[in-house]
Amino acid sequence: MTITAPQTSAPPSVSLQPTGWLRYLSFSVDHKVIGLQYLVCGFAFYLIGGAMAGAIRTELLSPVSDFMPRDVYNQILTLHGTVMIFLWIVPVVNGAFGNYLIPFYVGARDMAYPRLNAVAFWLIPPAGLMLISSYFITGAAQSGWTAYPPLSITTPAAGQIIWILSVLLLGGSSIFGGINFIATILKLRRPGLKLMQLPMYCWAMLGTSILVVLSTPVLAGTLIMLSFDIVAHTGFFNPGLGGNVVVYQHLFWFYSHPAVYIMVLPAFGLVSEILPVHCRKPLFGYTTMVYSIMAIVGLGLVVWAHHMFTSGTPPWMRLFFTIATAFIAVPTGIKFFNWLATLWGGRISLNSAVLFSCGFIVNFVLGGITGVALAQVPFDVHVHDTYFVVAHFHYIVYGGSVFVIFASIYHWYPKVTGRMLNEHLGRLHFLLTFVGFNLCFAPQHWLGLNGMPRRVAEYDPQFALVNQISSTGALLMAISTLPFLWNVIASAFNGAIAGDNPWRALTPEWLTSSPPPVENWKGEPPLVTHPYGYGTPADEIDLNSASGSDLWRSGQ
Amino acid sequence: MLLVLGGLWIGQNINLLPVDASANAPIYDELFRVLFSIGTILFVGIVGLIVFSLVRFRRRPGQLGDGLALEGNLPLEVFWTAVPAIVVLFVGLYSYDIYERMGGMVPLSHGNHSSEMAADQRVWGGIGSTQDSQTATTTGVTPLPVEVTAMQFAFLFHYPEGDFISGELHVPVDRPVSLRMEAKDVIHAFWIPEFRLKQDVIPGQPTVLDFTPTRTGSYSIVCAELCGPYHGGMRSSVVVDSADDFDTWLQSNRKPPATEA
Repeated sequence: MTITAPQTSAPPSVSLQPTGWLRYLSFSVDHKVIGLQYLVCGFAFYLIGGAMAGAIRTELLSPVSDFMPRDVYNQILTLHGTVMIFLWIVPVVNGAFGNYLIPFYVGARDMAYPRLNAVAFWLIPPAGLMLISSYFITGAAQSGWTAYPPLSITTPAAGQIIWILSVLLLGGSSIFGGINFIATILKLRRPGLKLMQLPMYCWAMLGTSILVVLSTPVLAGTLIMLSFDIVAHTGFFNPGLGGNVVVYQHLFWFYSHPAVYIMVLPAFGLVSEILPVHCRKPLFGYTTMVYSIMAIVGLGLVVWAHHMFTSGTPPWMRLFFTIATAFIAVPTGIKFFNWLATLWGGRISLNSAVLFSCGFIVNFVLGGITGVALAQVPFDVHVHDTYFVVAHFHYIVYGGSVFVIFASIYHWYPKVTGRMLNEHLGRLHFLLTFVGFNLCFAPQHWLGLNGMPRRVAEYDPQFALVNQISSTGALLMAISTLPFLWNVIASAFNGAIAGDNPWRALTPEWLTSSPPPVENWKGEPPLVTHPYGYGTPADEIDLNSASGSDLWRSGQ
Repeated sequence: MLLVLGGLWIGQNINLLPVDASANAPIYDELFRVLFSIGTILFVGIVGLIVFSLVRFRRRPGQLGDGLALEGNLPLEVFWTAVPAIVVLFVGLYSYDIYERMGGMVPLSHGNHSSEMAADQRVWGGIGSTQDSQTATTTGVTPLPVEVTAMQFAFLFHYPEGDFISGELHVPVDRPVSLRMEAKDVIHAFWIPEFRLKQDVIPGQPTVLDFTPTRTGSYSIVCAELCGPYHGGMRSSVVVDSADDFDTWLQSNRKPPATEA
């Protein structure tokens, strides 16, 4: 006997959005699709930018300029910086993870402005392709990612203009994203969910988006003025026409220093999500974490001139920016000590996500220490624009943000695909990346202290050996992407089935199926008021699973 | 304690810097040693904590339970807010002191250049050895003026004392030197690693740089601001001569007076 199922009220409505793999190439308004579009697109540009880094390190194997013409070298270094910042780290730590996770975290079914969201993503591929193709069509910009005039005015104009257009599009994408995140976090929270109950990544994205919305328009305005100087021969920044070149630097760094926080604050947020799950402990010091994010946002807006200590700034300005910059170390330090305290006393699974997160902490601490040193005017005057600075900011943006991107991919891959990544390949990837990264960039501190300026194709022969060591590290980093790529592709088809919540996590994105359905949950979104409610209170430790020292500690 | 001592030892005994050859280089090295010691202590301490935590608190086979439900500890958090704040404040004040000893805080309009400059021209300066020039004025030794012109891709040094142009900077040891710098095309930066001095050379905005060389020898002058395709090749050298050698050099290069018709 068969039971006739009750007539469904309506046949499954025909979706206006494409389904299947095609939706990843479409103007989809699903935040999860958009998040993955950002991630995959960003990773493709990471490979391009990485190939450029490889070309730079190959050129620097020998003290003479022998691998490529000098103007091509300058084009490559300009593209490397621009691609890595605007097409890889900013879109991935903000766009990719932000779009995927934020609606889950606030208990919403999508972002506040889904169509704006899709527009923001679809600005990126054309802007990126335009930037890369400028190398083949007209020759790319060759004045560095900072595009300081008068150099950017005197180098070939076509490449520089394409660079400006492309950065304007990417900046627009970033502003659209920022507005969307602010609206989603503040206005789309599930009823009953208070701000101080949000997962930390929401706070990080709120802070980041405030920075994006406040500072990116300044960059846009500056670049438009620069393009007028190039095309219409206005004299904003052209000293020959009475312009002032230092003004450009102030305007540029008013965006581009906050840009560093736009790249690392989301990374801080992601680490704050990953560590508690794998340590089985609450995030230590939630409230101080929130306040330190907001302190970093505030201070981050008033430190820009520390990039200009040798540019002819008056003494009082140097002093002010030294102190403001050094004080960023305080809220940043709070976050790091809180993570260490989160590790302390946990039950840490030493998987790839945790290894990359801890690698991030180690690298970022070193980058932070050199950062406080660089904030001191007398110190900076010697090492400004040298390889010491190159080492410092790669420790921040690669050792910091990129390590976190990898940690996040290991952590959320089961959520996105429903399958686990291979742990052995993951650990191999971590080992190669960590060793290669430190081998590549640690020696560059010494190079800078001893007299090697940055952005050079040829250098004093006494630095040859250390540069070769550095290039070896870069080669290791290039090799390290191979096990990762293999792992990600093969595991999508053959990985172990993950189940809905392989990490036994409590944050809302895990309280649905893996991969999640369109609109995130079947039925009501869950109300998660304790996103970090892991751990056993000291008085309830299960005697069977506790070790002696746990009992000893709890007896204190 | 061991960590602090170890950090101090490393900071004092591992030298990552090139030789010092100007009056402000030893002051710089003092700052560097302090920063290096503090940095080493912090870095080794934090890495030690991470490695210890990862080993000590790793999940052992068969353990299924969670860790301790520690949500925070206010005294501890106040402690690690206060300590970095104090360290940062100390470093800031100390580097301010160093900066002052290097002569960075002296308002330049009252410096020894003001007479030479047109009144409406704004001159920004880098760090200079103003203390030395002050003592110099009392002892009657005037700083050696040199006009530096930076262009793609060379530095030119004009000596007003002899009215000639040199492609190499020659300076006498232990006498203050005052560089007045201007760029012709794009921004360059004048850097002598052994002097621990750098100053951007900016078109349309003259800058000054004062220093006192203390060690004879030949050192590199490096351009440290991307200035075009041959930026890496834009190098020159500074030769620090003894006073006698410098005078000989100056005399041999001096433009013969009244050769012009």
